[in-house]
Amino acid sequence: MNASVNPPKLYDCRDAFASTLERLAAENDTIVAVCNDSVGSSKLGGFKAKFGERLVNVGIAEQNMVGVAAGLANGGRLPFVCAAAPFLTGRSLEQIKADISYSNANVKLVGISSGMAYGELGPTHHSIEDFAWTRVLPNLPVIAPCDRIETAAAVAWAATYDGPCFLRLSRVGVPDLLPEGHRFELGKANLLRQGSDVTLIANGTLTHRIVKAAEILAGRGINARVLNLATVRPIDEEAIIAAARETGAIVTAEEHSIFGGLGSAVAEVVVDNAPVPMKRLGVPGIYAPTGSAEFLLDEFGMAPSAIADAAQALIKRK
Amino acid sequence: MDTIELERIAREIRLRDLQAVFEAGAGHIGGEMSVIDILTALYFRVLKIWPDQPKHPDRDRFVLSKGHTACALYVTLAKRGFIPEEEVSTFLQPHSRLNGHPNCNKVPGVETNTGPLGHGLPVAVGMAKAAKLSGAKFHTYVVTGDGEMQEGSNWEAIMAAAQFKLDNLTLVIDHNRFQQGAALAETNDLAPLRPKLEAFDWEVTEINGNVMSEVVPALEHRGAKPHCIVAHTNKGHGISFMQDRVDWHHKVPNKEQYEIALAELSEAL
Repeated sequence: MNASVNPPKLYDCRDAFASTLERLAAENDTIVAVCNDSVGSSKLGGFKAKFGERLVNVGIAEQNMVGVAAGLANGGRLPFVCAAAPFLTGRSLEQIKADISYSNANVKLVGISSGMAYGELGPTHHSIEDFAWTRVLPNLPVIAPCDRIETAAAVAWAATYDGPCFLRLSRVGVPDLLPEGHRFELGKANLLRQGSDVTLIANGTLTHRIVKAAEILAGRGINARVLNLATVRPIDEEAIIAAARETGAIVTAEEHSIFGGLGSAVAEVVVDNAPVPMKRLGVPGIYAPTGSAEFLLDEFGMAPSAIADAAQALIKRK
Repeated sequence: MDTIELERIAREIRLRDLQAVFEAGAGHIGGEMSVIDILTALYFRVLKIWPDQPKHPDRDRFVLSKGHTACALYVTLAKRGFIPEEEVSTFLQPHSRLNGHPNCNKVPGVETNTGPLGHGLPVAVGMAKAAKLSGAKFHTYVVTGDGEMQEGSNWEAIMAAAQFKLDNLTLVIDHNRFQQGAALAETNDLAPLRPKLEAFDWEVTEINGNVMSEVVPALEHRGAKPHCIVAHTNKGHGISFMQDRVDWHHKVPNKEQYEIALAELSEAL
């Protein structure tokens, strides 16, 4: 099969988020959407048309947005806060800490256009610190789905989960990876490919890239395990420890700084339980040049072929 | 409960607060003394609450945004039956649930965690908006410090409350004219507060926040807009040597000062 002749269809996970939220809102009248003038970018147009009263738009005021969501939850509403990830997390980090995480408010934080999605808009609009900022907070699951199926499943899960969470979504198209009907399970990795030579771990927009990298490695005679690790906190220690023990080397790839993100979280488990060589791919602690998300991910060494090369080099250190 | 009885309770709360701060060796006594009349009026007259059912869905909501004056809230909650009165003596002790700022998951009657300034009003706006969405009849009250109004998040919330037409929200600004480091006037002088709130389409009432006969009707007032009470108060109210002195923001009285304060507050009883 030649992939370039018949490329897989790509989906914007925001569509899956919005359609799932609308479906849930029709069943549960406590669901409200809270946003910061982000109706369009959060794809809340349909929600607004159907449930106009339940769209709480606070304007361009992210600190107030998160506080208002905590109050809505106190009053028995089920808020989904939808805003661009860099401003939702960075601008209102203390509100997320005190009003949501520490208060354990039943608020679902949905960071849209995370990572390098706003590539050309520059580093102020890149959200490559949000894993680091959110995963240190108690009571706050941190989740980055890899495709539209996992996005829909995670949103449905969030609506029934009694507590806060942070869903990290992109706007960059990704192919389907998980089977239709997939159910999201908090803190559980999905084994996408069995392998014994090295383990590739990613989430969000990077998962389909590590799947391709594993295919490239297979062509080189290297048998790579592939884990989709949507939940960064609480992390699937069991799957990570098994990967370390059974494959002896781990490569992580993420649309995030290599400091404090998925790779760091995996490394913490590895170093505490089963130390093996690791390579963390991501944004290497710099502000990015101008370019699209896809361009920048390639630029930072996360083209599938580059991920395969990194894995191959790592295996030599076993 | 009538005004005279409320005044008596406020004096008892002041006395217990003074003792708790002295015994713990820490606290924010100045701001506690200024806000106690407002807390007393709320908990013993105005708020619709059920201490044995602190999460009752119809309860009025109260948020102490100036969370560093937690001790005054704990004494009030204890006196109103939310927590045992003897528990106040654990204030700031290891593993006590009564830490320096109120915790909603540990202390019955506390609605949201506060401590960092500028958080309470946005959360209160969310509570009032929740009532509008569900048709619930509860009223939401929030108390901020005047220095706290320097936080931009408050003005974001003030805009939202007006836009959402939250006539079920009352903001009380404890206008004691002093913040931690200096007088408000010497730091970032927001006074006069009334025209600023009115410009954002709030209804504003100005009262002496240490006079019960002015506090109660202001809190019970209902209008067509979000309501702000600018409560002119005295930092350290009721204790002669503390009044209007910035250094009593979080200073702890020594034994001699404690005895004087004790005598002054007891005499007033």
